[in-house]
Order: sequence, then C-alpha cells, then structure tokens
Amino acid sequence: MLRVIGKRIALLIPTLFGLSILLFLWVRSLPGGPATALLGEKATPEAIARVNELYGFDRPLLTQYLTYVGRLLQGDFGVSINTGRPVLEEFATRFPATLELTVVALVFAIGVGVPLGYFAARYYGRFLDHSSVVLSLIGITVPVFFLAFILKYIFAIQWGILPPDGRQDARIDATHYTQFYVLDGILTGEYDAAWDAFLHLILPGLALGTIPLAIIVRITRASVLEVQNADYVRTARAKGLMERTIRGSFILRNAMLPVVTTIGLQLGLLISGAVLTETVFAFNGIGRFLRDAIFGLDYPVLQGFIIFIAILYALINLIVDLSYSVIDPRVRVQ
Amino acid sequence: MSTILPPAAGGSAAPNDPAIDTGRGTGLWKDAFLRLRRNPQAIVGAVIIGLFLLVAILAPLLAPYGGDELPGRTSITPTTIPGPGEIDGFPLGLDRFGGDVLSKLIWGAQASLLIGVVSTALGLAGGMLLGVLAGGLGGWVDNVIMRFVDILLSVPNLLLAVSIAAVLGQSSYAIMIAIGVSQIPIFARLLRSSMLSQRGADYILAAQTLGLSRRTITMSHLLPNSMGPVIVQATLTLATAVIDAAALSFLGLGGGLPQAAEWGRMLTYAQAELAVAPQLAFLPGACIAITALGFTLLGESLREALDPKTRRK
Repeated sequence: MLRVIGKRIALLIPTLFGLSILLFLWVRSLPGGPATALLGEKATPEAIARVNELYGFDRPLLTQYLTYVGRLLQGDFGVSINTGRPVLEEFATRFPATLELTVVALVFAIGVGVPLGYFAARYYGRFLDHSSVVLSLIGITVPVFFLAFILKYIFAIQWGILPPDGRQDARIDATHYTQFYVLDGILTGEYDAAWDAFLHLILPGLALGTIPLAIIVRITRASVLEVQNADYVRTARAKGLMERTIRGSFILRNAMLPVVTTIGLQLGLLISGAVLTETVFAFNGIGRFLRDAIFGLDYPVLQGFIIFIAILYALINLIVDLSYSVIDPRVRVQ
Repeated sequence: MSTILPPAAGGSAAPNDPAIDTGRGTGLWKDAFLRLRRNPQAIVGAVIIGLFLLVAILAPLLAPYGGDELPGRTSITPTTIPGPGEIDGFPLGLDRFGGDVLSKLIWGAQASLLIGVVSTALGLAGGMLLGVLAGGLGGWVDNVIMRFVDILLSVPNLLLAVSIAAVLGQSSYAIMIAIGVSQIPIFARLLRSSMLSQRGADYILAAQTLGLSRRTITMSHLLPNSMGPVIVQATLTLATAVIDAAALSFLGLGGGLPQAAEWGRMLTYAQAELAVAPQLAFLPGACIAITALGFTLLGESLREALDPKTRRK
C-alpha cells in the first residue's frame, strides 16, 4: 500500500514540473509582462525598469525559471498583488470557507443523488425513474449562477427564510479559531453562531451541489441498472438470500465503483462552481477571492491556486483509487 | 465544467424497427439518422436548436432594436424599471440601462451561437490534431502529447479559460479562444482512445496487408471510424460552451460596452435588481438553460443512436 502511494506521488512530479513551465510561460505572456501586471497599466517606464531589476525579470528566461521553481519548492508562492499579503496566508484564511461550502454541496449531492439514482433504477420505467431522468437533465443544463439566483430569489427575497449572502450575520460577534465557522461555533459553545453560519451555507451549498447531484444520479442509475440483472444477482436470488442482503451487499456495493470515481471527478466542477456561487452569494471564500484575482490580474494568486488544485486533484484521485480496493476486494492495488 | 456524461441506459429505438433490421447494410450514419428520427428526445432537442438557430440568424430582422441600443433610456429612473407589459413598445420591459429586454435576448442568441460554434470548432480542431498525432503515431509522441493533455486536464476548465482570457484581455474573442482551448484536452483524449480501440480491428490489418502507408491508414481508415464519440462530444460541448460563455461574461470577462447583448452579462447586471425586477435575471437565465438543454438532448440521442450496443438489440 505504502509503495503504491509513494509511486503515485512520484508520478505527480512530472505533471507539476510541466505545469510549472506552463504557468511560468503564462505569466511571461500576460499583457505588458509581469512588471506591468504588478504595477498596473499606468506604470511609468522607470518604475517598470526598477521592478524588472528588482524581481529579475530582465535576466535570461532560464535563470528566471530556475529561481521561480526554487521559490516554489520552498513553499514561497509570492505575495498577492491585490492585498499585499503572502498567497499561502490568503489561502489559509479563505480555504476553510470554501471547504465548508463544498462539504455541504457534496453531502447534498451524494445524500440525495445516490438514493435517487438507486431507486430510479429499481423502479425502472416508472414515474420516479422518469422524474429522476428529467431532474438530472435540468441539473446539468441550468447554469450554476442562474440556479443561485433562483434559490436566492425564492428563499431569501420572497420567503425570507434563509440569509441572502455572506458567511455569518454581521451582528453575531463570534470567535474564530479555525475559520470553519460552523466548527468554531461548536467548539466555543456559541451554538447560535454555528447555526447561523450553517444557515448561510444552505443556499450556496444547494446551488453548488446541483450539478454533481445530477451527474451522480445518472451514474448511480446507469450502474445499478447494469448490475441488478447480473448473473450473480440471479444466483443470489435463486439461493433464497434475503432481498435486503441482495440489494445491499450485491447490487449496491457492486454498483458503487463508477459512482465513487465520478464523485472524485467532481472537484474541478466544484471549484469552478464555487467561483460563481460565491460571487452570487457574496460568500467570502476562495472562489470569490479568485474572481477578484482574475480582475486584478493577481497572477501570484492564480498561479498558486492552479498548482494547489493540481496537487489536490492528484491526491483525490489517489484516494479514489485506494477506495476501490475497500469497496471491491477483487480490485488489487497495483 | 465540461463533463463526459454516462450513456443514458435504456435505448429508445424500437427493437424490431424494419428500417434498422433490414438485411441490406445501411451505413452507420444513415442508420443513426433513422434512429434519431424515431427518438422523441432527439426531436425535442432538434426543435429547440432549430428555433435557437433561427432566432440567432434572423436577429437583425426579429429584434425591434439593436443589441447595444438604449431606446428606453428616458423611461427608466433609478427606482423604476418597467417590467414586461408595463410599457408600450417593450413587450418584455426594460433593463437598468434602458435597453429593450426582448431585443437583447434575441441578439444574445446570436452572440451565444457565435461563441458556442467558434469555440467548439477551435476545441475540436486542436483536439483532433493532438489526438491524431498521439493515436496515429504512438510511441514517444503519444507519451509527450498525453502528458501535456494530463497537465491541462488537472486545471479546472473554468480556471483554464479564465487564465487564457487574462492573457488575451477582455473581449468576446478572448472568451471564444479561452473556451475553445479549454476543450482541447477532452477532444484529444477522446479521439486518441477511440483510435486506439480501433487499431487492432480487422480492417486495419487488411489495410496494412495491402501495403498502404501509415498516413493513409490513419487518415482514411482509422480517423473516420473513430469519429463517432468525438462528434457526440462536440454536440454536448456546444451545450457546455454556451453555459461557459455565459459564466465568463457573467464574471465580467466579455469586455465591450456594459449594456452589450450577452445572456451572461444580462445576469451580471440583474444581480442588484433581483428583488424588484427578477425577470431581468430569469429571462436570460432561462434562455441559457433551454439552449443548453437542446444541445444536450440531441447529443445524448446521437450517442444512443451511434452506440453499437443499443443498435444490435
């Protein structure tokens, strides 16, 4: 097992190496070059020359690249142009918000998606099945940000039962240790603060979770449909096993492999979705920070984030692969 | 943002369809077309796309006003924005700039069509080039190209598009190129794997036995036979391209005038008035969703129609 993990992490190195070259070239191709990106378009030529000298942008490309990689290896992702604080520090304060949001979205997507897909397949061709197909189609074709608008309009503006934006009511003076607001509230015993933070997560969570939900429903349905007519299921029935055992240990378990793969693949979608959802709900997470970074051409932030996501992606894929052998003992980790 | 969807199980073509089960060999594409015609899902998709195309192409004739025009500028005040039917001459009301919502929706269809088609064509062309090189040449070329594709795939699509748009500046061309390039890795992967699965086929062996050159085999035998999944993906990509384009212009990467007629941008400016004028968000949002639905329905029906597993039933 450890050897497998080591090997997979080793395989990540060439990807990150390639990515660092692409990112390096990307920054050099920004309009006006990195110095203009740093100083803004109204910078005087003297100021640009000074920054070029200071940061070494006037040195040969290879030297620049090596310095750049050297810094990355030391964990130095540079300083955000917009806020003037180190990129890593900015991520550390904002990532918990997005993680909280993503967890709510995924819990919703998996919690509703897997049962819905399963029962759609079980009652194949009936009303529930048809509605699940239609629902998943809608989930895939309605843009996240539009869905966010609809939810906000109905639940926050019309009915006023959920907060329209932010992470926590401004009137609540809560203590924050971990930046996970719900967790903070529970840890400090400020349960009303935790509850309020949770309420703020519901609408963005639903909006963000809908596309993964639609995809999970489809995969689960297709996978269960394929498995439930397999020979071993027939054999299990012929043996007279309890229906519950057949459904739980035979059908559901065997149908889960593609579902787990799909859940692992939702990360990219969730990150893109978070940028849009957080924008609509004025939710102060990494997505909204990225949006501002895009506009301020805050390239150290974008660069750092892309590397961060690539690593996260690889780790999630590894976890997904390892979980196969737990779900299906026939799959040996190789 | 783009996802490769699982095949919707349960083929919808009638199993004993005389048009399909004829002993005379009908071609793959003719066969697929016959099956599409019998699939209600495909027809709904085709009708939606047909209407969308019609509106987009005939926009200059259909729209009462130009896309950037502000004919109702004198009828709006900071506190009142006339809604649908509230003011003569503007059946769907005005937006905060004084633009005619109906005209903007119609011109928006044209903008979406243009961005969708150009970006998908770009992604398809780039992806096919890489895919053919990788799948046709194999060896180290394949390795290098696929590692490159893996790197691009490890960056979420929207972020990739945004990074490209950052280099190109804010304009609708930037959006086209950004979305197109971000689709390249998906097409490249798909075409390569489709070609690899065909490489061992008998007809390839036959072509090799005949002494045909590798280029001829790749271009006239392998490639045409590997195009099925790519064409399906292209149809589905049109849906994601429409959504992604709206997302990028929603985020503000479209450039140009603030009142430009783009569905995504209409949503950006609808945010502030959501409580008083929700139609400003709902109308363009519904347009995006319905267009995407049309391409998705057609794409999925096409996949079913081309899938040999459902065909042999």
